[in-house]
Amino acid sequence: MSNIIDLSLSELVLNIKNKKISSNEATSAYIERSKKSKNLNTYNEETFDTALKKATEFDSKPDFNKKLPGVPIAVKDLFCTKNVKTTASSKILNNFIPTYESTVTQNLWNNGSILLGKLNCDEFAMGSSNETSYFGNVISPIDKDLVPGGSSGGSASALAAKLTPATIGTDTGGSIRQPASFTGTVGLKPTYGSCSRYGIVAFASSLDQAGPMTRNVKDAALLLEVMSSFDNNDSTSVDFERPLYSKNLSKDIKGKKIGIPKEYRAEGMSEEIEKLWEDGKNYLKDCGAEIIDVSLPHTKFALPTYYIVAPAEASSNLARYDGVKYGFRTEGDNLIDMYEKTRSAGFGDEVKRRIMIGTYVLSSGYYDAYYLKAQKVRRLIKNDFTNVFQKVDAILTPSTPSSAFKIGEKSNDPVSMYLNDIFTVPVNLAGLPGISIPAGLDKKGYPLGLQIIGKSFAEQNILNIAYSMEDKINFKFNLNEWWMNE
Amino acid sequence: MTIDLKTVKHISKLSRISLDEEKAKKLEIDLNSIFKWIEQLNQLKTENVEPLSSIVETKLRLRKDEIKSKNIREEILKNSPDENKDFFVVPKVVE
Repeated sequence: MSNIIDLSLSELVLNIKNKKISSNEATSAYIERSKKSKNLNTYNEETFDTALKKATEFDSKPDFNKKLPGVPIAVKDLFCTKNVKTTASSKILNNFIPTYESTVTQNLWNNGSILLGKLNCDEFAMGSSNETSYFGNVISPIDKDLVPGGSSGGSASALAAKLTPATIGTDTGGSIRQPASFTGTVGLKPTYGSCSRYGIVAFASSLDQAGPMTRNVKDAALLLEVMSSFDNNDSTSVDFERPLYSKNLSKDIKGKKIGIPKEYRAEGMSEEIEKLWEDGKNYLKDCGAEIIDVSLPHTKFALPTYYIVAPAEASSNLARYDGVKYGFRTEGDNLIDMYEKTRSAGFGDEVKRRIMIGTYVLSSGYYDAYYLKAQKVRRLIKNDFTNVFQKVDAILTPSTPSSAFKIGEKSNDPVSMYLNDIFTVPVNLAGLPGISIPAGLDKKGYPLGLQIIGKSFAEQNILNIAYSMEDKINFKFNLNEWWMNE
Repeated sequence: MTIDLKTVKHISKLSRISLDEEKAKKLEIDLNSIFKWIEQLNQLKTENVEPLSSIVETKLRLRKDEIKSKNIREEILKNSPDENKDFFVVPKVVE
Protein backbone atom coordinates (compact mmCIF):
# COMPACT_ATOMS: atom_id res chain seq x y z
CA MET A 1 0.00 0.00 0.00
CA SER A 2 1.13 3.58 -0.62
CA ASN A 3 2.03 5.92 2.22
CA ILE A 4 -0.84 7.08 4.45
CA ILE A 5 -0.05 10.72 3.79
CA ASP A 6 -0.35 10.17 0.02
CA LEU A 7 -3.97 9.04 0.30
CA SER A 8 -6.73 11.50 -0.50
CA LEU A 9 -9.34 12.17 2.18
CA SER A 10 -11.84 9.82 0.50
CA GLU A 11 -9.22 7.08 0.17
CA LEU A 12 -8.20 7.47 3.81
CA VAL A 13 -11.85 7.21 4.91
CA LEU A 14 -12.23 4.04 2.85
CA ASN A 15 -9.06 2.49 4.29
CA ILE A 16 -10.13 3.26 7.85
CA LYS A 17 -13.58 1.82 7.17
CA ASN A 18 -12.01 -1.32 5.71
CA LYS A 19 -9.80 -1.58 8.81
CA LYS A 20 -6.65 -1.38 6.74
CA ILE A 21 -5.49 1.74 8.58
CA SER A 22 -6.31 2.70 12.16
CA SER A 23 -7.11 6.23 13.24
CA ASN A 24 -3.98 6.12 15.38
CA GLU A 25 -1.79 5.20 12.40
CA ALA A 26 -3.26 7.96 10.28
CA THR A 27 -3.02 10.56 13.05
CA SER A 28 0.56 9.56 13.91
CA ALA A 29 1.62 9.77 10.26
CA TYR A 30 0.32 13.33 9.92
CA ILE A 31 1.77 14.43 13.26
CA GLU A 32 5.17 13.05 12.35
CA ARG A 33 5.16 14.85 9.03
CA SER A 34 3.86 18.09 10.56
CA LYS A 35 6.70 18.01 13.10
CA LYS A 36 9.23 17.79 10.27
CA SER A 37 7.63 20.67 8.42
CA LYS A 38 8.03 23.57 10.85
CA ASN A 39 9.86 25.57 8.17
CA LEU A 40 6.54 26.22 6.47
CA ASN A 41 5.16 27.94 9.61
CA THR A 42 1.69 26.53 9.00
CA TYR A 43 0.58 25.78 12.57
CA ASN A 44 -0.40 28.46 15.10
CA GLU A 45 -1.36 25.82 17.65
CA GLU A 46 -0.68 22.10 17.66
CA THR A 47 -3.04 19.71 19.47
CA PHE A 48 -1.05 16.57 18.69
CA ASP A 49 -1.26 14.92 22.12
CA THR A 50 -5.03 15.32 22.35
CA ALA A 51 -5.35 14.14 18.76
CA LEU A 52 -3.46 10.92 19.53
CA LYS A 53 -5.61 10.30 22.60
CA LYS A 54 -8.77 10.79 20.57
CA ALA A 55 -7.46 8.53 17.81
CA THR A 56 -6.78 5.76 20.32
CA GLU A 57 -10.25 6.31 21.78
CA PHE A 58 -11.73 6.01 18.32
CA ASP A 59 -9.84 2.80 17.58
CA SER A 60 -11.02 1.21 20.82
CA LYS A 61 -14.67 1.91 19.94
CA PRO A 62 -14.72 2.63 16.21
CA ASP A 63 -17.90 3.87 14.52
CA PHE A 64 -17.37 3.23 10.83
CA ASN A 65 -20.75 4.71 9.90
CA LYS A 66 -19.36 8.20 10.41
CA LYS A 67 -18.38 10.14 7.32
CA LEU A 68 -14.90 11.00 8.60
CA PRO A 69 -14.19 8.06 10.95
CA GLY A 70 -11.16 8.90 13.08
CA VAL A 71 -9.77 11.17 10.36
CA PRO A 72 -7.27 13.78 11.62
CA ILE A 73 -7.69 17.30 10.28
CA ALA A 74 -6.05 20.69 10.89
CA VAL A 75 -8.28 23.79 10.52
CA LYS A 76 -7.81 27.51 9.92
CA ASP A 77 -7.24 29.43 13.14
CA LEU A 78 -10.36 31.49 12.52
CA PHE A 79 -12.75 28.79 13.74
CA CYS A 80 -13.45 28.91 17.47
CA THR A 81 -12.50 25.58 19.04
CA LYS A 82 -13.64 24.97 22.58
CA ASN A 83 -10.75 25.04 25.07
CA VAL A 84 -8.21 25.34 22.22
CA LYS A 85 -6.56 28.72 21.66
CA THR A 86 -8.09 30.63 18.75
CA THR A 87 -6.20 33.72 17.63
CA ALA A 88 -7.27 34.70 14.08
CA SER A 89 -3.46 35.18 13.79
CA SER A 90 -3.76 38.43 15.75
CA LYS A 91 -1.82 39.68 18.74
CA ILE A 92 -5.06 41.02 20.18
CA LEU A 93 -6.48 37.47 20.47
CA ASN A 94 -3.19 35.83 21.40
CA ASN A 95 -4.57 34.54 24.71
CA PHE A 96 -8.12 33.80 23.67
CA ILE A 97 -9.54 30.40 24.63
CA PRO A 98 -13.09 30.02 23.32
CA THR A 99 -15.74 28.65 25.65
CA TYR A 100 -17.66 27.22 22.71
CA GLU A 101 -17.19 25.44 19.39
CA SER A 102 -17.99 26.80 15.92
CA THR A 103 -20.83 24.95 14.21
CA VAL A 104 -18.69 23.98 11.22
CA THR A 105 -15.92 22.40 13.33
CA GLN A 106 -18.54 20.76 15.57
CA ASN A 107 -19.96 19.16 12.40
CA LEU A 108 -16.49 17.74 11.67
CA TRP A 109 -16.14 16.24 15.16
CA ASN A 110 -19.71 14.88 15.07
CA ASN A 111 -18.74 13.04 11.90
CA GLY A 112 -15.78 11.38 13.59
CA SER A 113 -12.95 13.75 12.67
CA ILE A 114 -10.11 14.68 15.06
CA LEU A 115 -8.43 18.11 15.43
CA LEU A 116 -4.69 18.17 14.64
CA GLY A 117 -4.22 21.88 15.25
CA LYS A 118 -4.98 25.44 14.20
CA LEU A 119 -3.49 26.78 11.00
CA ASN A 120 -1.89 30.16 10.36
CA CYS A 121 -3.76 32.72 8.26
CA ASP A 122 -3.72 36.43 7.51
CA GLU A 123 -4.65 38.49 10.59
CA PHE A 124 -8.46 38.41 10.89
CA ALA A 125 -8.41 36.86 7.38
CA MET A 126 -7.39 40.23 5.92
CA GLY A 127 -4.82 39.58 3.25
CA SER A 128 -4.03 37.70 0.05
CA SER A 129 -0.57 36.35 0.90
CA ASN A 130 -0.53 35.32 4.57
CA GLU A 131 1.97 38.12 5.22
CA THR A 132 -0.27 39.97 7.69
CA SER A 133 -0.24 37.21 10.33
CA TYR A 134 1.10 38.17 13.77
CA PHE A 135 2.85 34.78 13.75
CA GLY A 136 4.79 35.46 10.58
CA ASN A 137 4.61 34.47 6.91
CA VAL A 138 3.51 31.04 5.90
CA ILE A 139 5.82 29.54 3.28
CA SER A 140 4.45 27.72 0.27
CA PRO A 141 5.69 24.15 -0.22
CA ILE A 142 5.73 24.95 -3.95
CA ASP A 143 8.90 27.06 -3.58
CA LYS A 144 10.78 28.60 -0.68
CA ASP A 145 10.33 32.32 -1.25
CA LEU A 146 6.74 31.99 -2.47
CA VAL A 147 3.58 33.07 -0.66
CA PRO A 148 0.90 30.39 -0.31
CA GLY A 149 -1.80 33.00 -0.96
CA GLY A 150 -4.28 34.14 1.60
CA SER A 151 -6.00 34.51 3.77
CA SER A 152 -6.27 30.72 4.27
CA GLY A 153 -2.53 30.44 3.53
CA GLY A 154 -1.63 28.09 6.39
CA SER A 155 -4.48 25.83 5.34
CA ALA A 156 -3.37 25.79 1.69
CA SER A 157 0.27 25.24 2.59
CA ALA A 158 -0.47 22.45 5.09
CA LEU A 159 -2.76 20.76 2.58
CA ALA A 160 -0.33 20.97 -0.33
CA ALA A 161 2.56 19.77 1.87
CA LYS A 162 0.39 16.83 3.04
CA LEU A 163 0.40 17.83 6.71
CA THR A 164 -3.34 17.16 6.83
CA PRO A 165 -5.53 15.02 4.53
CA ALA A 166 -7.87 17.97 3.98
CA THR A 167 -8.64 21.27 5.68
CA ILE A 168 -11.21 24.00 6.02
CA GLY A 169 -10.83 27.69 5.35
CA THR A 170 -12.97 30.79 5.10
CA ASP A 171 -13.51 32.97 2.05
CA THR A 172 -14.59 36.63 2.19
CA GLY A 173 -13.17 37.76 -1.16
CA GLY A 174 -11.20 34.75 -2.39
CA SER A 175 -9.46 33.50 0.76
CA ILE A 176 -10.12 29.83 -0.07
CA ARG A 177 -9.97 29.87 -3.87
CA GLN A 178 -6.86 32.07 -4.32
CA PRO A 179 -4.56 30.06 -2.00
CA ALA A 180 -5.95 26.83 -3.47
CA SER A 181 -5.03 28.12 -6.91
CA PHE A 182 -1.52 29.14 -5.73
CA THR A 183 -0.79 25.72 -4.22
CA GLY A 184 -2.31 23.36 -6.78
CA THR A 185 -5.20 22.30 -4.56
CA VAL A 186 -9.00 22.39 -4.69
CA GLY A 187 -10.91 25.10 -2.79
CA LEU A 188 -14.64 25.65 -2.66
CA LYS A 189 -16.53 28.68 -1.38
CA PRO A 190 -20.15 27.63 -0.82
CA THR A 191 -23.23 29.76 -1.37
CA TYR A 192 -23.71 32.37 1.36
CA GLY A 193 -25.93 30.70 3.96
CA SER A 194 -24.79 27.11 3.29
CA CYS A 195 -22.21 26.79 6.09
CA SER A 196 -22.95 28.35 9.46
CA ARG A 197 -20.87 31.38 10.45
CA TYR A 198 -21.49 30.70 14.16
CA GLY A 199 -18.18 30.62 15.98
CA ILE A 200 -16.08 31.89 13.08
CA VAL A 201 -14.15 35.04 14.01
CA ALA A 202 -16.11 37.60 11.98
CA PHE A 203 -14.46 39.72 9.28
CA ALA A 204 -17.21 40.92 6.90
CA SER A 205 -20.46 39.26 7.90
CA SER A 206 -22.34 39.66 4.61
CA LEU A 207 -19.46 38.04 2.68
CA ASP A 208 -17.81 35.44 4.96
CA GLN A 209 -18.32 31.75 4.16
CA ALA A 210 -16.45 28.66 5.34
CA GLY A 211 -15.56 25.97 2.83
CA PRO A 212 -13.48 22.85 2.13
CA MET A 213 -9.89 22.81 0.84
CA THR A 214 -8.87 19.42 -0.48
CA ARG A 215 -6.57 17.45 -2.78
CA ASN A 216 -9.30 16.62 -5.26
CA VAL A 217 -12.91 17.38 -6.17
CA LYS A 218 -14.38 14.22 -4.62
CA ASP A 219 -12.85 15.17 -1.25
CA ALA A 220 -14.33 18.67 -1.54
CA ALA A 221 -17.78 17.15 -2.10
CA LEU A 222 -17.38 14.91 0.94
CA LEU A 223 -16.10 17.65 3.23
CA LEU A 224 -18.78 20.14 2.14
CA GLU A 225 -21.39 17.50 2.89
CA VAL A 226 -20.08 17.36 6.45
CA MET A 227 -19.61 21.12 6.93
CA SER A 228 -22.89 22.42 5.54
CA SER A 229 -25.89 22.49 7.87
CA PHE A 230 -28.82 24.67 8.81
CA ASP A 231 -28.05 26.44 12.08
CA ASN A 232 -30.36 28.50 14.27
CA ASN A 233 -27.31 30.16 15.81
CA ASP A 234 -26.60 31.98 12.53
CA SER A 235 -29.47 34.24 11.49
CA THR A 236 -28.32 34.13 7.85
CA SER A 237 -28.11 30.32 7.70
CA VAL A 238 -30.42 29.06 4.97
CA ASP A 239 -32.76 26.15 5.59
CA PHE A 240 -32.60 23.97 2.47
CA GLU A 241 -32.23 20.26 1.94
CA ARG A 242 -28.48 19.56 1.77
CA PRO A 243 -27.73 17.04 -1.00
CA LEU A 244 -25.30 14.16 -0.52
CA TYR A 245 -22.71 15.91 -2.66
CA SER A 246 -20.16 13.08 -2.70
CA LYS A 247 -22.72 10.36 -3.42
CA ASN A 248 -24.33 12.41 -6.22
CA LEU A 249 -21.01 13.30 -7.82
CA SER A 250 -21.17 12.63 -11.57
CA LYS A 251 -19.00 13.23 -14.61
CA ASP A 252 -21.99 13.55 -16.88
CA ILE A 253 -22.13 17.22 -17.85
CA LYS A 254 -23.35 16.70 -21.40
CA GLY A 255 -25.39 19.65 -22.64
CA LYS A 256 -24.44 21.92 -19.71
CA LYS A 257 -24.13 25.52 -20.80
CA ILE A 258 -20.95 27.23 -19.56
CA GLY A 259 -20.59 31.01 -19.76
CA ILE A 260 -17.32 32.78 -20.56
CA PRO A 261 -17.52 36.38 -19.29
CA LYS A 262 -15.70 38.70 -21.68
CA GLU A 263 -15.03 41.34 -19.00
CA TYR A 264 -12.63 38.98 -17.21
CA ARG A 265 -10.24 39.40 -20.13
CA ALA A 266 -10.18 43.18 -19.95
CA GLU A 267 -7.49 43.82 -17.33
CA GLY A 268 -4.41 43.00 -19.42
CA MET A 269 -4.50 39.26 -19.00
CA SER A 270 -1.24 37.38 -19.49
CA GLU A 271 -0.87 34.91 -22.35
CA GLU A 272 -0.41 32.05 -19.91
CA ILE A 273 -3.71 32.71 -18.19
CA GLU A 274 -5.39 33.24 -21.52
CA LYS A 275 -4.15 29.82 -22.67
CA LEU A 276 -5.16 28.15 -19.41
CA TRP A 277 -8.68 29.50 -19.85
CA GLU A 278 -8.77 28.38 -23.49
CA ASP A 279 -7.66 24.87 -22.48
CA GLY A 280 -10.39 24.84 -19.84
CA LYS A 281 -13.00 25.64 -22.47
CA ASN A 282 -11.72 22.81 -24.65
CA TYR A 283 -11.84 20.31 -21.77
CA LEU A 284 -15.46 21.29 -21.17
CA LYS A 285 -16.29 20.89 -24.85
CA ASP A 286 -14.67 17.43 -24.76
CA CYS A 287 -17.04 16.57 -21.91
CA GLY A 288 -20.00 17.56 -24.04
CA ALA A 289 -20.65 20.99 -22.50
CA GLU A 290 -21.63 23.98 -24.60
CA ILE A 291 -19.53 27.17 -24.35
CA ILE A 292 -21.41 30.47 -24.51
CA ASP A 293 -19.97 33.99 -24.45
CA VAL A 294 -21.60 36.10 -21.75
CA SER A 295 -21.22 39.56 -20.28
CA LEU A 296 -20.91 40.68 -16.65
CA PRO A 297 -20.66 44.41 -17.38
CA HIS A 298 -20.00 45.61 -13.81
CA THR A 299 -17.05 43.28 -13.16
CA LYS A 300 -14.44 46.03 -12.93
CA PHE A 301 -16.41 47.74 -10.16
CA ALA A 302 -16.45 44.66 -7.92
CA LEU A 303 -13.10 45.25 -6.21
CA PRO A 304 -13.66 48.91 -5.31
CA THR A 305 -17.13 47.94 -4.06
CA TYR A 306 -15.61 45.15 -1.97
CA TYR A 307 -13.06 47.55 -0.47
CA ILE A 308 -15.90 49.67 0.88
CA VAL A 309 -18.30 46.93 2.01
CA ALA A 310 -15.76 44.57 3.62
CA PRO A 311 -13.84 47.21 5.65
CA ALA A 312 -17.14 48.83 6.73
CA GLU A 313 -18.36 45.53 8.15
CA ALA A 314 -14.92 44.79 9.59
CA SER A 315 -14.72 48.13 11.42
CA SER A 316 -17.97 47.23 13.12
CA ASN A 317 -17.08 43.57 13.83
CA LEU A 318 -13.66 44.44 15.24
CA ALA A 319 -15.02 47.08 17.61
CA ARG A 320 -15.33 44.32 20.23
CA TYR A 321 -11.54 44.05 20.62
CA ASP A 322 -11.07 46.78 23.18
CA GLY A 323 -8.80 45.35 25.84
CA VAL A 324 -11.68 44.44 28.16
CA LYS A 325 -13.06 41.04 27.22
CA TYR A 326 -10.08 39.39 25.51
CA GLY A 327 -6.60 38.69 26.76
CA PHE A 328 -4.54 41.54 25.39
CA ARG A 329 -4.50 45.01 26.97
CA THR A 330 -2.13 47.98 26.93
CA GLU A 331 -2.71 50.16 29.98
CA GLY A 332 -3.61 53.84 29.45
CA ASP A 333 -4.28 57.01 31.43
CA ASN A 334 -8.04 56.45 31.25
CA LEU A 335 -10.60 54.19 29.59
CA ILE A 336 -10.44 55.79 26.12
CA ASP A 337 -6.66 55.95 26.23
CA MET A 338 -6.58 52.24 27.17
CA TYR A 339 -8.85 51.40 24.19
CA GLU A 340 -6.73 53.40 21.78
CA LYS A 341 -3.41 52.03 22.97
CA THR A 342 -4.68 48.43 23.11
CA ARG A 343 -6.04 48.57 19.57
CA SER A 344 -2.95 50.34 18.26
CA ALA A 345 -0.61 47.72 19.73
CA GLY A 346 -2.90 44.72 19.22
CA PHE A 347 -3.79 45.08 15.55
CA GLY A 348 -1.34 44.85 12.65
CA ASP A 349 -1.00 47.49 9.93
CA GLU A 350 -3.36 45.92 7.36
CA VAL A 351 -6.11 45.41 9.93
CA LYS A 352 -5.75 49.00 11.15
CA ARG A 353 -5.84 50.24 7.57
CA ARG A 354 -9.08 48.37 6.92
CA ILE A 355 -10.71 49.45 10.18
CA MET A 356 -9.89 53.04 9.26
CA ILE A 357 -11.22 52.70 5.69
CA GLY A 358 -14.39 51.20 7.14
CA THR A 359 -14.76 53.86 9.80
CA TYR A 360 -14.27 56.58 7.20
CA VAL A 361 -16.86 55.25 4.73
CA LEU A 362 -19.42 54.89 7.52
CA SER A 363 -18.69 58.25 9.12
CA SER A 364 -21.04 61.21 9.06
CA GLY A 365 -20.94 63.01 5.71
CA TYR A 366 -19.37 60.12 3.77
CA TYR A 367 -21.89 57.33 4.28
CA ASP A 368 -23.97 58.13 1.17
CA ALA A 369 -20.98 58.81 -1.06
CA TYR A 370 -19.21 55.56 -0.21
CA TYR A 371 -21.15 52.96 1.73
CA LEU A 372 -24.57 53.49 0.17
CA LYS A 373 -23.00 53.83 -3.25
CA ALA A 374 -21.19 50.51 -2.78
CA GLN A 375 -24.37 48.76 -1.69
CA LYS A 376 -26.05 49.98 -4.87
CA VAL A 377 -23.21 48.82 -7.09
CA ARG A 378 -23.30 45.50 -5.25
CA ARG A 379 -26.89 45.16 -6.45
CA LEU A 380 -25.78 45.80 -10.05
CA ILE A 381 -23.08 43.14 -9.74
CA LYS A 382 -25.56 40.63 -8.37
CA ASN A 383 -28.02 41.48 -11.18
CA ASP A 384 -25.27 40.81 -13.76
CA PHE A 385 -24.98 37.25 -12.47
CA THR A 386 -28.76 36.78 -12.27
CA ASN A 387 -29.07 37.80 -15.92
CA VAL A 388 -26.26 35.52 -17.09
CA PHE A 389 -27.62 32.56 -15.13
CA GLN A 390 -30.80 32.72 -17.18
CA LYS A 391 -28.70 31.61 -20.14
CA VAL A 392 -26.02 29.36 -18.62
CA ASP A 393 -25.62 26.73 -15.89
CA ALA A 394 -22.18 27.84 -14.72
CA ILE A 395 -19.38 30.29 -15.51
CA LEU A 396 -15.71 29.45 -16.15
CA THR A 397 -12.95 31.95 -15.31
CA PRO A 398 -9.32 31.85 -14.21
CA SER A 399 -9.03 31.81 -10.39
CA THR A 400 -6.29 34.43 -10.19
CA PRO A 401 -4.56 36.87 -12.58
CA SER A 402 -1.18 35.14 -12.05
CA SER A 403 0.54 32.31 -10.20
CA ALA A 404 1.86 32.80 -6.65
CA PHE A 405 4.11 35.82 -6.13
CA LYS A 406 7.18 36.17 -3.95
CA ILE A 407 7.16 37.09 -0.28
CA GLY A 408 7.44 40.87 0.02
CA GLU A 409 6.66 41.45 -3.65
CA LYS A 410 3.33 43.19 -3.12
CA SER A 411 3.28 43.95 0.59
CA ASN A 412 4.10 47.65 0.20
CA ASP A 413 1.37 48.45 -2.27
CA PRO A 414 -2.13 47.73 -0.90
CA VAL A 415 -3.95 48.31 -4.21
CA SER A 416 -1.72 45.92 -6.15
CA MET A 417 -2.26 43.32 -3.42
CA TYR A 418 -6.03 43.86 -3.58
CA LEU A 419 -6.03 43.33 -7.38
CA ASN A 420 -5.14 39.69 -6.76
CA ASP A 421 -8.74 38.97 -5.89
CA ILE A 422 -10.17 40.44 -9.07
CA PHE A 423 -11.71 37.15 -10.26
CA THR A 424 -12.90 35.89 -6.89
CA VAL A 425 -14.43 38.96 -5.20
CA PRO A 426 -17.50 39.31 -7.48
CA VAL A 427 -18.61 35.81 -6.38
CA ASN A 428 -18.67 36.84 -2.71
CA LEU A 429 -20.51 40.07 -3.45
CA ALA A 430 -23.21 38.04 -5.23
CA GLY A 431 -23.19 35.29 -2.55
CA LEU A 432 -22.62 32.55 -5.14
CA PRO A 433 -20.71 29.27 -4.89
CA GLY A 434 -17.32 29.04 -6.62
CA ILE A 435 -14.69 26.33 -6.84
CA SER A 436 -11.04 26.61 -7.86
CA ILE A 437 -9.33 23.55 -9.30
CA PRO A 438 -5.69 23.15 -10.31
CA ALA A 439 -5.51 23.44 -14.08
CA GLY A 440 -1.88 23.76 -15.12
CA LEU A 441 1.54 25.26 -14.46
CA ASP A 442 2.99 28.55 -15.62
CA LYS A 443 6.46 29.01 -17.18
CA LYS A 444 8.05 29.06 -13.74
CA GLY A 445 6.44 25.73 -12.94
CA TYR A 446 3.99 27.20 -10.41
CA PRO A 447 0.36 26.03 -10.23
CA LEU A 448 -2.52 27.92 -11.83
CA GLY A 449 -6.22 27.43 -11.17
CA LEU A 450 -9.53 27.69 -12.96
CA GLN A 451 -12.70 28.81 -11.22
CA ILE A 452 -16.21 27.53 -11.83
CA ILE A 453 -19.00 29.76 -10.54
CA GLY A 454 -22.52 28.39 -10.05
CA LYS A 455 -26.03 29.53 -9.28
CA SER A 456 -27.01 29.90 -5.63
CA PHE A 457 -27.08 26.49 -3.91
CA ALA A 458 -25.97 24.73 -7.11
CA GLU A 459 -22.82 23.35 -5.47
CA GLN A 460 -23.57 19.90 -6.90
CA ASN A 461 -23.51 21.32 -10.39
CA ILE A 462 -20.12 23.06 -10.06
CA LEU A 463 -18.69 20.02 -8.27
CA ASN A 464 -19.78 17.80 -11.17
CA ILE A 465 -18.28 20.18 -13.73
CA ALA A 466 -15.05 20.37 -11.72
CA TYR A 467 -15.04 16.58 -11.35
CA SER A 468 -15.22 15.98 -15.08
CA MET A 469 -12.63 18.68 -15.84
CA GLU A 470 -10.26 17.27 -13.22
CA ASP A 471 -10.15 14.03 -15.16
CA LYS A 472 -9.24 15.75 -18.42
CA ILE A 473 -6.74 18.15 -16.83
CA ASN A 474 -4.92 15.37 -14.96
CA PHE A 475 -2.93 17.91 -12.92
CA LYS A 476 0.44 16.78 -11.57
CA PHE A 477 2.90 18.63 -9.38
CA ASN A 478 5.98 16.95 -7.97
CA LEU A 479 6.78 18.20 -4.48
CA ASN A 480 10.49 17.85 -3.81
CA GLU A 481 9.99 18.31 -0.04
CA TRP A 482 12.80 20.86 0.27
CA TRP A 483 11.33 22.14 3.54
CA MET A 484 11.49 18.89 5.51
CA ASN A 485 13.70 18.51 8.59
CA GLU A 486 14.81 15.03 9.35
CA MET B 1 -11.43 63.90 -2.83
CA THR B 2 -8.17 63.88 -0.92
CA ILE B 3 -7.78 62.80 2.68
CA ASP B 4 -5.52 65.17 4.63
CA LEU B 5 -3.54 64.44 7.78
CA LYS B 6 -6.21 66.09 9.93
CA THR B 7 -8.84 63.71 8.54
CA VAL B 8 -6.56 60.71 9.13
CA LYS B 9 -6.22 61.75 12.77
CA HIS B 10 -9.97 62.24 13.04
CA ILE B 11 -10.63 58.72 11.66
CA SER B 12 -8.04 57.33 14.03
CA LYS B 13 -9.96 58.91 16.93
CA LEU B 14 -13.26 57.49 15.67
CA SER B 15 -11.62 54.07 15.26
CA ARG B 16 -10.12 54.19 18.77
CA ILE B 17 -6.69 53.44 17.37
CA SER B 18 -3.88 55.73 18.46
CA LEU B 19 -1.37 56.71 15.77
CA ASP B 20 2.04 58.28 15.95
CA GLU B 21 2.95 61.00 13.47
CA GLU B 22 4.94 58.68 11.22
CA LYS B 23 2.17 56.06 10.98
CA ALA B 24 -0.40 58.79 10.35
CA LYS B 25 1.65 60.14 7.43
CA LYS B 26 2.06 56.65 5.95
CA LEU B 27 -1.69 56.07 6.29
CA GLU B 28 -2.41 59.40 4.59
CA ILE B 29 -0.53 58.13 1.53
CA ASP B 30 -2.13 54.66 1.61
CA LEU B 31 -5.68 55.91 2.13
CA ASN B 32 -5.36 58.44 -0.68
CA SER B 33 -4.17 55.82 -3.12
CA ILE B 34 -6.93 53.43 -2.05
CA PHE B 35 -9.69 56.04 -2.26
CA LYS B 36 -8.46 57.35 -5.59
CA TRP B 37 -8.91 53.80 -6.88
CA ILE B 38 -12.28 53.38 -5.15
CA GLU B 39 -13.64 56.55 -6.70
CA GLN B 40 -14.03 54.90 -10.09
CA LEU B 41 -17.42 53.88 -8.71
CA ASN B 42 -18.57 57.43 -9.47
CA GLN B 43 -18.59 56.53 -13.17
CA LEU B 44 -21.77 54.58 -12.47
CA LYS B 45 -25.21 56.17 -12.28
CA THR B 46 -27.04 54.56 -9.37
CA GLU B 47 -29.88 56.97 -8.52
CA ASN B 48 -32.57 54.38 -9.14
CA VAL B 49 -30.78 51.33 -7.76
CA GLU B 50 -31.98 49.76 -4.53
CA PRO B 51 -29.01 49.22 -2.14
CA LEU B 52 -28.17 45.58 -1.36
CA SER B 53 -27.27 45.00 2.28
CA SER B 54 -27.70 41.25 2.57
CA ILE B 55 -27.53 38.54 -0.02
CA VAL B 56 -30.04 36.38 1.86
CA GLU B 57 -33.16 38.40 1.29
CA THR B 58 -35.55 36.37 3.35
CA LYS B 59 -37.23 37.62 6.48
CA LEU B 60 -35.12 37.15 9.56
CA ARG B 61 -36.34 34.36 11.82
CA LEU B 62 -37.63 34.96 15.32
CA ARG B 63 -36.66 32.70 18.17
CA LYS B 64 -37.45 32.50 21.85
CA ASP B 65 -35.15 34.52 24.05
CA GLU B 66 -33.93 31.74 26.27
CA ILE B 67 -30.71 30.69 27.94
CA LYS B 68 -29.33 27.51 26.42
CA SER B 69 -25.80 27.31 27.77
CA LYS B 70 -24.99 26.65 31.38
CA ASN B 71 -23.38 29.25 33.58
CA ILE B 72 -19.85 29.65 32.23
CA ARG B 73 -19.12 33.06 33.71
CA GLU B 74 -15.82 31.94 35.13
CA GLU B 75 -14.54 30.52 31.86
CA ILE B 76 -15.58 33.64 30.00
CA LEU B 77 -13.92 35.93 32.54
CA LYS B 78 -10.72 33.89 32.25
CA ASN B 79 -10.21 35.52 28.84
CA SER B 80 -10.30 38.98 30.41
CA PRO B 81 -6.90 40.64 30.95
CA ASP B 82 -7.82 41.62 34.51
CA GLU B 83 -7.84 38.86 37.09
CA ASN B 84 -11.28 39.18 38.59
CA LYS B 85 -13.70 36.33 39.03
CA ASP B 86 -16.88 38.40 39.00
CA PHE B 87 -16.54 41.33 36.59
CA PHE B 88 -14.82 42.70 33.51
CA VAL B 89 -12.63 45.39 35.01
CA VAL B 90 -11.82 48.67 33.24
CA PRO B 91 -9.86 51.76 34.32
CA LYS B 92 -11.82 54.06 36.62
CA VAL B 93 -14.46 56.05 34.71
CA VAL B 94 -16.33 57.79 37.54
CA GLU B 95 -14.57 60.13 39.96
